[in-house]
Amino acid sequence: MKFSIYRYNPEKDERPYMQDYEVALQPTDRMLLDAILRIKAQDDSLGLRKSCREGVCGSDGMNINGRNGLACITPLQGLTEPVVLRPLPGLPVIRDLIVDMGQFFKQYHSVKPYLETTSPPPRKERLQSPEDREELDGLYECILCACCSTACPSFWWNPDKFLGPAALLQAYRFIADTRDEATRERLDDLDDPYRLFRCHTIMNCVEVCPKGLNPTAAIGKIKGMMVKRMV
Amino acid sequence: MVKRIVVGAHYGLRDWLVQRITAVIMGGYTLVALLWVVLAHPVDRHEWAALLHERPVRIATFLFVLALCWHAWIGLRDIFMDYIQPVGLRLTLQVGVILTLLAEVLWSAEILWG
Repeated sequence: MKFSIYRYNPEKDERPYMQDYEVALQPTDRMLLDAILRIKAQDDSLGLRKSCREGVCGSDGMNINGRNGLACITPLQGLTEPVVLRPLPGLPVIRDLIVDMGQFFKQYHSVKPYLETTSPPPRKERLQSPEDREELDGLYECILCACCSTACPSFWWNPDKFLGPAALLQAYRFIADTRDEATRERLDDLDDPYRLFRCHTIMNCVEVCPKGLNPTAAIGKIKGMMVKRMV
Repeated sequence: MVKRIVVGAHYGLRDWLVQRITAVIMGGYTLVALLWVVLAHPVDRHEWAALLHERPVRIATFLFVLALCWHAWIGLRDIFMDYIQPVGLRLTLQVGVILTLLAEVLWSAEILWG
Protein backbone atom coordinates (compact mmCIF):
# COMPACT_ATOMS: atom_id res chain seq x y z
CA MET A 1 0.00 0.00 0.00
CA LYS A 2 1.27 3.48 -0.90
CA PHE A 3 1.56 6.36 1.53
CA SER A 4 2.65 9.95 1.33
CA ILE A 5 3.54 11.30 4.76
CA TYR A 6 4.31 14.80 6.00
CA ARG A 7 7.82 14.96 7.39
CA TYR A 8 9.38 17.77 9.34
CA ASN A 9 12.13 17.75 11.87
CA PRO A 10 12.81 21.38 12.85
CA GLU A 11 16.30 20.46 14.02
CA LYS A 12 17.29 19.11 10.61
CA ASP A 13 14.85 20.23 7.91
CA GLU A 14 14.63 23.70 6.52
CA ARG A 15 11.02 23.16 5.52
CA PRO A 16 8.42 20.37 5.66
CA TYR A 17 8.24 17.85 2.82
CA MET A 18 6.13 14.84 1.83
CA GLN A 19 7.83 11.44 1.88
CA ASP A 20 6.54 8.45 -0.08
CA TYR A 21 6.40 5.01 1.46
CA GLU A 22 5.29 1.63 0.20
CA VAL A 23 4.50 -1.03 2.70
CA ALA A 24 3.49 -4.68 2.40
CA LEU A 25 0.49 -5.27 4.63
CA GLN A 26 -0.20 -8.46 6.56
CA PRO A 27 -3.68 -10.00 6.72
CA THR A 28 -3.96 -8.88 10.34
CA ASP A 29 -3.42 -5.22 9.43
CA ARG A 30 -6.88 -3.72 9.41
CA MET A 31 -6.55 -0.20 10.68
CA LEU A 32 -4.43 2.68 9.44
CA LEU A 33 -2.34 2.65 12.61
CA ASP A 34 -1.26 -0.93 11.83
CA ALA A 35 0.12 0.26 8.49
CA ILE A 36 1.81 3.29 10.05
CA LEU A 37 3.52 1.03 12.58
CA ARG A 38 4.82 -1.11 9.69
CA ILE A 39 6.19 2.06 8.11
CA LYS A 40 7.76 3.02 11.42
CA ALA A 41 9.42 -0.39 11.53
CA GLN A 42 10.99 0.48 8.14
CA ASP A 43 11.88 4.04 9.08
CA ASP A 44 12.06 4.68 12.79
CA SER A 45 12.67 8.39 12.30
CA LEU A 46 8.93 8.88 11.63
CA GLY A 47 7.34 10.61 14.62
CA LEU A 48 3.76 10.05 15.74
CA ARG A 49 1.76 9.72 18.94
CA LYS A 50 -0.22 6.61 19.75
CA SER A 51 -1.24 4.68 22.79
CA CYS A 52 -4.43 2.68 23.27
CA ARG A 53 -4.89 1.74 19.59
CA GLU A 54 -8.66 1.50 20.06
CA GLY A 55 -9.99 5.04 19.80
CA VAL A 56 -10.06 5.83 23.49
CA CYS A 57 -6.90 7.79 24.28
CA GLY A 58 -7.21 10.21 21.38
CA SER A 59 -3.47 10.52 20.79
CA ASP A 60 -3.20 9.45 17.15
CA GLY A 61 -5.39 12.19 15.66
CA MET A 62 -4.09 13.17 12.23
CA ASN A 63 -5.22 14.43 8.86
CA ILE A 64 -5.97 11.39 6.70
CA ASN A 65 -6.54 12.07 3.01
CA GLY A 66 -7.64 15.59 3.91
CA ARG A 67 -9.95 14.63 6.74
CA ASN A 68 -9.13 14.58 10.45
CA GLY A 69 -9.49 11.24 12.19
CA LEU A 70 -7.90 8.71 14.52
CA ALA A 71 -5.50 6.38 12.73
CA CYS A 72 -6.31 3.47 15.06
CA ILE A 73 -10.00 3.33 14.16
CA THR A 74 -9.72 4.28 10.49
CA PRO A 75 -10.06 1.09 8.42
CA LEU A 76 -7.41 0.66 5.71
CA GLN A 77 -10.09 -0.66 3.45
CA GLY A 78 -11.64 2.21 1.57
CA LEU A 79 -8.67 4.60 1.82
CA THR A 80 -7.61 5.90 -1.59
CA GLU A 81 -3.93 5.56 -2.44
CA PRO A 82 -1.53 7.07 -1.89
CA VAL A 83 -2.86 7.67 1.58
CA VAL A 84 -1.83 11.23 2.41
CA LEU A 85 -1.06 11.71 6.10
CA ARG A 86 -0.48 15.15 7.59
CA PRO A 87 -0.45 16.47 11.16
CA LEU A 88 -3.67 17.97 12.51
CA PRO A 89 -4.03 21.34 10.77
CA GLY A 90 -3.79 24.66 12.58
CA LEU A 91 -1.53 23.60 15.46
CA PRO A 92 2.26 24.07 15.51
CA VAL A 93 4.14 20.98 14.37
CA ILE A 94 6.67 19.58 16.83
CA ARG A 95 7.87 16.84 14.50
CA ASP A 96 6.29 14.92 11.60
CA LEU A 97 2.75 13.96 12.71
CA ILE A 98 3.18 15.28 16.25
CA VAL A 99 1.56 18.64 16.98
CA ASP A 100 1.80 20.95 19.96
CA MET A 101 -1.57 20.61 21.69
CA GLY A 102 -0.79 23.42 24.17
CA GLN A 103 -3.22 25.92 22.69
CA PHE A 104 -5.97 23.31 22.46
CA PHE A 105 -5.63 22.32 26.12
CA LYS A 106 -5.35 25.94 27.21
CA GLN A 107 -8.81 26.56 25.77
CA TYR A 108 -10.09 23.36 27.36
CA HIS A 109 -8.79 24.39 30.80
CA SER A 110 -10.31 27.86 30.44
CA VAL A 111 -13.87 26.48 30.53
CA LYS A 112 -13.18 25.01 34.00
CA PRO A 113 -14.01 21.43 33.07
CA TYR A 114 -14.94 20.33 36.55
CA LEU A 115 -17.97 20.68 38.83
CA GLU A 116 -18.14 23.96 40.68
CA THR A 117 -20.31 24.05 43.77
CA THR A 118 -20.98 26.53 46.51
CA SER A 119 -23.48 24.56 48.63
CA PRO A 120 -22.02 22.39 51.40
CA PRO A 121 -21.26 18.87 50.17
CA PRO A 122 -23.83 16.23 51.16
CA ARG A 123 -22.79 13.36 53.41
CA LYS A 124 -22.46 10.83 50.61
CA GLU A 125 -22.57 12.28 47.11
CA ARG A 126 -24.36 14.78 44.89
CA LEU A 127 -27.21 12.88 43.33
CA GLN A 128 -28.76 13.27 39.91
CA SER A 129 -31.98 11.88 38.47
CA PRO A 130 -31.61 9.48 35.51
CA GLU A 131 -33.26 12.12 33.29
CA ASP A 132 -30.76 14.78 34.34
CA ARG A 133 -27.93 12.34 33.82
CA GLU A 134 -29.21 11.60 30.32
CA GLU A 135 -28.56 15.21 29.36
CA LEU A 136 -24.83 14.48 29.65
CA ASP A 137 -24.93 11.74 27.01
CA GLY A 138 -23.13 12.83 23.90
CA LEU A 139 -21.04 15.27 25.94
CA TYR A 140 -18.94 13.34 28.40
CA GLU A 141 -17.65 10.86 25.79
CA CYS A 142 -15.23 13.38 24.27
CA ILE A 143 -11.65 12.04 24.31
CA LEU A 144 -10.00 15.40 23.52
CA CYS A 145 -8.28 14.15 20.37
CA ALA A 146 -8.59 17.66 18.84
CA CYS A 147 -9.86 16.32 15.49
CA CYS A 148 -12.85 18.71 15.71
CA SER A 149 -11.14 21.91 16.80
CA THR A 150 -8.35 21.50 14.24
CA ALA A 151 -10.95 21.01 11.48
CA CYS A 152 -12.68 24.27 12.41
CA PRO A 153 -11.81 27.35 10.29
CA SER A 154 -12.83 29.64 13.16
CA PHE A 155 -10.29 27.87 15.37
CA TRP A 156 -7.60 28.11 12.67
CA TRP A 157 -8.22 31.84 12.53
CA ASN A 158 -8.47 32.65 16.24
CA PRO A 159 -7.04 29.69 18.20
CA ASP A 160 -6.09 32.03 21.03
CA LYS A 161 -9.53 33.62 21.41
CA PHE A 162 -12.12 31.18 20.06
CA LEU A 163 -12.52 28.17 22.35
CA GLY A 164 -13.08 25.67 19.55
CA PRO A 165 -15.71 22.92 19.40
CA ALA A 166 -14.01 20.52 21.85
CA ALA A 167 -13.77 23.09 24.65
CA LEU A 168 -17.31 24.34 23.93
CA LEU A 169 -18.68 20.80 24.10
CA GLN A 170 -17.06 20.49 27.53
CA ALA A 171 -18.35 23.93 28.52
CA TYR A 172 -21.87 22.72 27.81
CA ARG A 173 -21.18 19.41 29.56
CA PHE A 174 -20.81 21.38 32.83
CA ILE A 175 -23.54 23.91 32.07
CA ALA A 176 -25.90 20.99 31.50
CA ASP A 177 -24.84 19.19 34.66
CA THR A 178 -27.54 19.72 37.30
CA ARG A 179 -24.97 19.27 40.07
CA ASP A 180 -22.95 22.27 38.91
CA GLU A 181 -23.73 25.57 40.61
CA ALA A 182 -21.80 28.02 38.47
CA THR A 183 -24.09 28.21 35.43
CA ARG A 184 -24.33 31.99 35.55
CA GLU A 185 -20.55 32.46 35.68
CA ARG A 186 -20.09 29.90 32.91
CA LEU A 187 -22.56 31.67 30.62
CA ASP A 188 -21.06 35.08 31.47
CA ASP A 189 -17.63 33.75 30.55
CA LEU A 190 -18.85 32.71 27.09
CA ASP A 191 -20.75 35.91 26.26
CA ASP A 192 -18.00 37.36 24.13
CA PRO A 193 -17.72 37.89 20.38
CA TYR A 194 -14.85 35.38 20.23
CA ARG A 195 -15.01 32.66 22.87
CA LEU A 196 -18.34 31.15 21.80
CA PHE A 197 -19.75 33.35 19.07
CA ARG A 198 -16.91 32.81 16.61
CA CYS A 199 -18.72 29.55 15.81
CA HIS A 200 -20.44 30.10 12.48
CA THR A 201 -22.09 26.66 12.38
CA ILE A 202 -19.73 25.32 9.72
CA MET A 203 -20.14 21.87 11.31
CA ASN A 204 -16.75 20.44 10.31
CA CYS A 205 -16.54 19.35 13.95
CA VAL A 206 -19.60 17.13 13.62
CA GLU A 207 -18.31 15.78 10.31
CA VAL A 208 -14.95 14.59 11.69
CA CYS A 209 -15.62 13.62 15.32
CA PRO A 210 -14.38 10.02 15.65
CA LYS A 211 -16.75 9.44 18.55
CA GLY A 212 -19.79 10.66 16.61
CA LEU A 213 -20.42 13.62 18.93
CA ASN A 214 -22.13 16.85 17.96
CA PRO A 215 -20.38 19.97 19.30
CA THR A 216 -22.52 22.21 17.06
CA ALA A 217 -25.68 21.05 18.84
CA ALA A 218 -24.05 21.72 22.22
CA ILE A 219 -23.03 25.21 21.06
CA GLY A 220 -26.62 25.78 19.89
CA LYS A 221 -27.89 24.76 23.32
CA ILE A 222 -25.53 27.20 25.05
CA LYS A 223 -26.80 29.98 22.79
CA GLY A 224 -30.37 28.92 23.55
CA MET A 225 -29.71 29.11 27.30
CA MET A 226 -28.17 32.56 26.90
CA VAL A 227 -31.21 33.79 24.98
CA LYS A 228 -33.52 32.26 27.58
CA ARG A 229 -31.59 33.99 30.33
CA MET A 230 -31.77 37.32 28.55
CA VAL A 231 -35.42 37.48 27.53
CA MET B 1 0.85 47.90 26.81
CA VAL B 2 1.19 44.43 28.29
CA LYS B 3 0.81 41.72 25.66
CA ARG B 4 -2.19 39.76 26.82
CA ILE B 5 -4.97 37.99 24.99
CA VAL B 6 -7.97 40.08 25.89
CA VAL B 7 -11.45 38.63 25.60
CA GLY B 8 -14.68 39.24 27.48
CA ALA B 9 -16.37 42.10 25.63
CA HIS B 10 -19.92 41.26 26.63
CA TYR B 11 -21.70 41.78 23.36
CA GLY B 12 -21.44 38.29 21.88
CA LEU B 13 -25.02 37.23 22.48
CA ARG B 14 -26.53 40.64 21.70
CA ASP B 15 -24.92 40.87 18.29
CA TRP B 16 -25.64 37.25 17.45
CA LEU B 17 -29.29 37.78 18.29
CA VAL B 18 -29.48 41.09 16.42
CA GLN B 19 -28.03 39.44 13.32
CA ARG B 20 -30.78 36.83 13.39
CA ILE B 21 -33.61 39.27 14.06
CA THR B 22 -32.46 41.65 11.32
CA ALA B 23 -32.18 38.68 8.94
CA VAL B 24 -35.81 37.77 9.66
CA ILE B 25 -36.91 41.37 9.04
CA MET B 26 -35.01 41.52 5.75
CA GLY B 27 -36.26 38.10 4.68
CA GLY B 28 -39.89 39.01 5.45
CA TYR B 29 -39.67 42.32 3.61
CA THR B 30 -38.02 40.74 0.58
CA LEU B 31 -40.65 38.01 0.41
CA VAL B 32 -43.55 40.47 0.61
CA ALA B 33 -41.90 42.80 -1.92
CA LEU B 34 -41.32 39.94 -4.36
CA LEU B 35 -44.89 38.76 -3.91
CA TRP B 36 -46.16 42.25 -4.64
CA VAL B 37 -44.03 42.50 -7.79
CA VAL B 38 -45.34 39.15 -9.02
CA LEU B 39 -49.00 39.88 -8.18
CA ALA B 40 -49.32 43.61 -8.89
CA HIS B 41 -46.83 43.52 -11.72
CA PRO B 42 -45.84 47.19 -11.59
CA VAL B 43 -44.62 48.43 -14.93
CA ASP B 44 -43.81 52.10 -14.59
CA ARG B 45 -42.30 54.56 -12.14
CA HIS B 46 -45.74 55.91 -11.33
CA GLU B 47 -46.92 52.62 -9.83
CA TRP B 48 -43.72 52.23 -7.77
CA ALA B 49 -43.99 55.79 -6.50
CA ALA B 50 -47.64 55.25 -5.58
CA LEU B 51 -46.72 52.20 -3.53
CA LEU B 52 -43.92 53.99 -1.71
CA HIS B 53 -46.30 56.85 -0.98
CA GLU B 54 -48.20 54.65 1.50
CA ARG B 55 -47.05 55.31 5.05
CA PRO B 56 -46.90 51.60 6.15
CA VAL B 57 -44.75 50.81 3.10
CA ARG B 58 -42.41 53.68 3.88
CA ILE B 59 -42.06 52.56 7.49
CA ALA B 60 -41.50 48.94 6.45
CA THR B 61 -38.91 50.00 3.88
CA PHE B 62 -37.10 52.18 6.40
CA LEU B 63 -37.14 49.30 8.88
CA PHE B 64 -35.64 47.12 6.15
CA VAL B 65 -32.84 49.64 5.57
CA LEU B 66 -32.15 49.86 9.30
CA ALA B 67 -32.05 46.07 9.57
CA LEU B 68 -29.77 45.85 6.53
CA CYS B 69 -27.31 48.40 7.92
CA TRP B 70 -27.23 46.89 11.41
CA HIS B 71 -26.77 43.41 9.92
CA ALA B 72 -24.02 44.66 7.61
CA TRP B 73 -22.25 46.38 10.51
CA ILE B 74 -22.04 43.17 12.54
CA GLY B 75 -20.91 41.14 9.52
CA LEU B 76 -18.24 43.64 8.50
CA ARG B 77 -17.00 44.01 12.05
CA ASP B 78 -16.64 40.23 12.26
CA ILE B 79 -14.59 40.26 9.06
CA PHE B 80 -12.35 43.03 10.39
CA MET B 81 -11.88 41.08 13.63
CA ASP B 82 -10.68 38.10 11.63
CA TYR B 83 -8.52 39.80 9.04
CA ILE B 84 -7.34 43.16 10.41
CA GLN B 85 -5.11 42.62 13.39
CA PRO B 86 -3.65 46.13 14.09
CA VAL B 87 -6.10 47.74 16.53
CA GLY B 88 -5.70 51.28 15.15
CA LEU B 89 -6.40 50.26 11.56
CA ARG B 90 -9.34 48.09 12.66
CA LEU B 91 -10.89 50.94 14.61
CA THR B 92 -10.43 53.34 11.67
CA LEU B 93 -12.14 50.89 9.31
CA GLN B 94 -14.94 50.33 11.80
CA VAL B 95 -15.55 54.05 12.17
CA GLY B 96 -15.52 54.32 8.36
CA VAL B 97 -18.15 51.60 8.05
CA ILE B 98 -20.33 53.16 10.76
CA LEU B 99 -20.23 56.57 9.04
CA THR B 100 -21.00 55.03 5.63
CA LEU B 101 -23.92 53.03 6.99
CA LEU B 102 -25.27 56.05 8.89
CA ALA B 103 -25.08 58.09 5.68
CA GLU B 104 -27.03 55.35 3.90
CA VAL B 105 -29.73 55.38 6.58
CA LEU B 106 -30.06 59.16 6.33
CA TRP B 107 -30.08 59.03 2.55
CA SER B 108 -32.83 56.37 2.60
CA ALA B 109 -34.89 58.54 4.97
CA GLU B 110 -34.48 61.46 2.61
CA ILE B 111 -35.56 59.36 -0.39
CA LEU B 112 -38.59 57.99 1.46
CA TRP B 113 -39.78 61.20 3.11
CA GLY B 114 -37.91 63.96 1.32
